[in-house]
Amino acid sequence: MGPMLKLLSQRIALGILLLLAVSVVIFSGTEMLPGDLAQSILGQSATPEALANLRADLGLNEPAYVRYFEWLGGLLQGDLGTALSNGQAIGPQIGKRLGNTLFLASTAAVVAVPLAIFLGLVAVRFRNRWPDKLISGATLASISLPEFFIGYVLIYFFAVKWRLFPSVATVYDSMSFLEKLNAIALPVTVLTLVVLAHMMRMTRAAILNVMQSAYIETAELKGLSAFKVIARHAFPNSISPIVNVVMLNLAYLVVGVVVVEVIFVYPGMGQYLVDHVSKRDVPVVQACGLIFAAVYVVLNLIADIVAILSNPRLRHPK
Amino acid sequence: MRIPISALIGLILTGGFFLVAVFAPFIAPYGMAEVVGDVWEPSSAEHLMGTDNIGRDLLTRLIYGGRTTIFIATLATALSFTLGSFLGLSAAVLGGWVDQVMSRLVDLLMSIPSLIFALVILSVMPVTIPILIIVMGLLDSTRVYRLSRAVAVDINVMDFVEAAKLRGEKLRWIIFREILPNALSPLVAELGLRFIFAVLFLSTLSFLGLGVQPPASDWGGMVKENKEGIVFGIGAALIPAAAIAILAISVNLVADWVLNKTSDLKGGRGG
Repeated sequence: MGPMLKLLSQRIALGILLLLAVSVVIFSGTEMLPGDLAQSILGQSATPEALANLRADLGLNEPAYVRYFEWLGGLLQGDLGTALSNGQAIGPQIGKRLGNTLFLASTAAVVAVPLAIFLGLVAVRFRNRWPDKLISGATLASISLPEFFIGYVLIYFFAVKWRLFPSVATVYDSMSFLEKLNAIALPVTVLTLVVLAHMMRMTRAAILNVMQSAYIETAELKGLSAFKVIARHAFPNSISPIVNVVMLNLAYLVVGVVVVEVIFVYPGMGQYLVDHVSKRDVPVVQACGLIFAAVYVVLNLIADIVAILSNPRLRHPK
Repeated sequence: MRIPISALIGLILTGGFFLVAVFAPFIAPYGMAEVVGDVWEPSSAEHLMGTDNIGRDLLTRLIYGGRTTIFIATLATALSFTLGSFLGLSAAVLGGWVDQVMSRLVDLLMSIPSLIFALVILSVMPVTIPILIIVMGLLDSTRVYRLSRAVAVDINVMDFVEAAKLRGEKLRWIIFREILPNALSPLVAELGLRFIFAVLFLSTLSFLGLGVQPPASDWGGMVKENKEGIVFGIGAALIPAAAIAILAISVNLVADWVLNKTSDLKGGRGG
């Protein structure tokens, strides 16, 4: 086994360990209540029989670690448990919604990533001049704006005043791909705006860092055009930091999607999670929470692996 | 000392928001939950910003809502800072397995997105203001821990700390008298960013219906209350959302300035 393969399998094993630990944290997050879960779900006025029934349903008579291993065992066999609110299996309900959410997030990524990298290159090319300043200003604004502000401003103008796009992003199976894209145009725009500036800014920083190297000076001195220096010499060396930035922002997309789905009433995982938090449907919340956290962990793991693959210096740790 | 114009604007606006929050009952023209007009009236001399979804004065709601938002965000930030910086500084000074255990635990907590984790916890907890403050403060203290530990590790190896240790000073002295004063400036700059994060986080939770519960309301909750109006072309929900944005931007301007100033003090880095 080559050293590279060994390093990668180590990283992946570490990732799996982290996922297990995350499942413990998510599970114990719902165990932190000082009182009794059944009481908190049913409220103070619940009858003793109803409480006893719910306790038996939830398996609360068993110790926590037994329930954890039962839950984990179910998860590993693809059984996400049963929702308290309607008594149905969670797995099939989540399946379709997960697909919708991934569709929304990946469309946003397809728009945002190339745009951010291109604008990052532009910012470096015109460093400290107005395009660069504009980008800095936009970054400051975009980390300060809540998603729902951008979302409702867009709905107000594009959906209500000018009637260009629907204000509610409904998608169903019989829609054609283009119809679906039209339906999710506004949520995708919000998600893009939310991650764009940050991604741009970090791309800029990564390339500027490389620009200070000696080989860039050589390239400049031999008379290459500024854009060529960036595209041929600076960019390949900043792939690893940029991939890192992209992955971090994709991970952020996963969270941003929760709010955006609620704004646009989009039938995805985020909306499903939020609905069931207010219904205190613990099994659903645990399952959704774990899926969101797992996507986040896996994206970070991929960033790690790409960084190792693209940077020879990281392949041989001392 | 010259204050740049952007920081000055930020300072004035931030100060204004805090003053309004403190003196809300004296400034607000009506009572917080008082129904004073029709549903979603446009702005008029009696109601400068119009009325909300059940006919309460929007300006009044905005003033009280700001009070709730700023109050909760301030307390949550205070909690996360006290806890995070104390644990972070202790970890750096103690080192060894204490540091390892705490750092790995923080790594683990940070590998779960805060919003998702908060939703998981709030699904079993009663959503009250003290619980919100504690949950937000605890989740955010992991970020403060990271920063303060990183800063303190550098300071911990300096000669004056070494001297204090050799003098036989106790842990408390080393943390509060030797390290904290030198770690203060990056921490203060971070304070602003954490406060913004708390404001945005609280607003998001309330917008999702899982933060401040009615009849009390913060800015995020006001957006939720008035969002149905948007499809009829009524912009009432945009006003509290804009207030959040303005507060966040002004605090950001101040934090940016403090950050630049403190890095200048250390030999012009990043200047």
